[in-house]
Amino acid sequence: MTAPRTPGSAPHWNRRDFPDAAREALAAQPPRDDLFHHSQTRKNVRHATDVIQAKRNAVVAELPEWQSLRAAGAAIRAHTLEHLDHYLVQFEANCTRHGGHVHWASDAAEARRLVLQILAPHAPREVIKIKTMTSEEIALNACLEEHGIHPVETDLAELIVQMGADRPSHFVVPALHKSRGQIRDIFAREMHRPDLTDSPQQLAAAARTYLRQKFLSTRVAISGANFLLADTGGVAIVESEGNGRMCLTLPEVLVSIVGIEKVLPRFQDLEVFLQTLPRSATGERMNPYNSIWSGTPVGDGPKEFHVILLDNGRSPILADPESRQTLRCIRCAACLNACPVYHQTGGHAYESVYAGPIGAILTPQLHSMHDAQSLPYASSLCGACYEVCPVQINIPEVLIHLRGKVVEQQQSTLAGSLSLWNIAMKSAAHLMKDGSRLNAAVHLAQTAQKVLVSRNGFIEWLPGMLGGWTKTRDLPALPAESFRDWWRRTRSAHPSAPASSESARD
Amino acid sequence: MTESSTARAQILARIAASLGRELPAASDPAAYAAIPRDYRSPAHSSDAHAVVDRFAQRLAEYGAGFAHLPHQAALPAAIAAALGARGKSALAVVSGIPSEWLPSGFDFPLADPLTAVELDRIPGILTACSVAIAESGSLVLQSGPRQGLRRHTLVPDYHLCIVLESQLVATVPQAFDRLHPELPTTFISGPSATADIEMTRIQGVHGPRTLDVLLVADRPLA
Repeated sequence: MTAPRTPGSAPHWNRRDFPDAAREALAAQPPRDDLFHHSQTRKNVRHATDVIQAKRNAVVAELPEWQSLRAAGAAIRAHTLEHLDHYLVQFEANCTRHGGHVHWASDAAEARRLVLQILAPHAPREVIKIKTMTSEEIALNACLEEHGIHPVETDLAELIVQMGADRPSHFVVPALHKSRGQIRDIFAREMHRPDLTDSPQQLAAAARTYLRQKFLSTRVAISGANFLLADTGGVAIVESEGNGRMCLTLPEVLVSIVGIEKVLPRFQDLEVFLQTLPRSATGERMNPYNSIWSGTPVGDGPKEFHVILLDNGRSPILADPESRQTLRCIRCAACLNACPVYHQTGGHAYESVYAGPIGAILTPQLHSMHDAQSLPYASSLCGACYEVCPVQINIPEVLIHLRGKVVEQQQSTLAGSLSLWNIAMKSAAHLMKDGSRLNAAVHLAQTAQKVLVSRNGFIEWLPGMLGGWTKTRDLPALPAESFRDWWRRTRSAHPSAPASSESARD
Repeated sequence: MTESSTARAQILARIAASLGRELPAASDPAAYAAIPRDYRSPAHSSDAHAVVDRFAQRLAEYGAGFAHLPHQAALPAAIAAALGARGKSALAVVSGIPSEWLPSGFDFPLADPLTAVELDRIPGILTACSVAIAESGSLVLQSGPRQGLRRHTLVPDYHLCIVLESQLVATVPQAFDRLHPELPTTFISGPSATADIEMTRIQGVHGPRTLDVLLVADRPLA
């Protein structure tokens, strides 16, 4: 668990390395929390991811065209990224034609300044918000609070996170680490409702009552978007509760902060993503509400509509053809639910706005590989994330690619090039490049290991840095005869005979 | 130059540089046309009766009410029955709803002039739709006659939606073939819901907590 924070303040990411943060998340006796609370969090994460996974698998299995939808989704997103400047300019023109205002922000600070500038003439004391990852990314809530504007999160899970002064741990179900009992306690305290029980129906009804007046009276709303549509200037938002529709239609002013990669070429392309996104995200054939609109339709919705196109580290990612696919992501979080590492640690251990496998490749790239370098290692490379991805992002491939970049980066510094790891790896590379060198090393090791091998035939303790391996696992001892020696002994009479000749002789 | 226009130029230049191209970017219709679309010829049954059955089943799973009527003349009685079952004596209607659909003995004030605050006080709303999708159990409304504005089907706590059989399609792509791309559009799939508390689908959060659908024959089933 995290240190307490003022309600409404922006999440604060400490940026410790994943192994340290994960160790705390998994520790039997975490330093800053009681045992019950902690194991409860892990239980909640496992339960929630198990439930979503089972639902997702069922509704995916019933669509015979699922793999075709994945292929189309991947192709549409890849095509868009290859022509991203074209589609953004087209979106801008069409959104403007329908009465919208399009702004561009290079980084988080620019985006925050733009929001404040847009809000200034309206001088709101409160704004209502739909769950938006870009807002998390630019730490908008803290900025608004500093300027005397109170942001009200209206998504049930975001409201739980905000009222609990907590951090989101999942980008579809941000409060999935909380149980109904914990939610009841938060609502009872923050809404002054000691009468509440932990029945989910009652908790949802409490949120409805609490927010209804805010929806009817607040004049400014802030959202993200799931998709921008280049050919119509449209914006598409999918949701469940109707809090999104309230924010999108009732206020006078709407500001949508959207990553530049979120554009699709055409309105019609939604026919793919409105099938794959809900099935992947919540295991539903369709989520309760989807809203699609262009600009400021007369008499229907806000009179003033702004889109802020946020780069914030995205455009450089396009330069690397291998990791560019990261930007295809439609934020369904299926990879989080499928990931055995996320299943154990939950989202907080990633110490990043974007958690799970996609977060492990997206976060370090958004920071030009200067931050969160431990995240590409936060994976067992089992491939479950790739299998469920509705836009076929090969996350394991990108993880390995980024690990390579992290190593190159470390080698480029003096300390890194002189580190034990680098010297060990360089030495290993030197040994393995030459057969006779490797052979000599193996013979040396066979003799040297004798003092370390236990009676069970395994090495259970290694000295120094190598001890990191044997701390949690045993190492099989080197066999008395190496493969090379065996080959030489059994094949020396027929030096050129292929291995398969063994069976032919029998 | 404002900060935003500087940023615009910078972002577009960075994208082009990352992609190894010159600005301005050009469209590439051939590349777009090459996107595989074989999901559009799925193995689903398009038998009209099967489509109706699937639509009914999906709505039932969402917890929405459903009735299938043989002809439009059956509408007034069905609407009266739905209002009776839900304990309503009045229902706001959006403009364009034919008066011959409505039963006598109930009030049907026009929703169009009502503000959001006023919509919060009415017992419910009656609309038609543009398209309905069997596979996902969705109603698609586009702002205009018979469908009202987006707030009309959002603020009231009860929504009764009339779907003509000719508006019901089997799949999501078939629905997109019929939609106007630039009108404000809302897909409604069941009453508002959330799964944010322990992944339990709870019906009824901020949108209408109760949804009834009347599917009406307006042509012979193929």
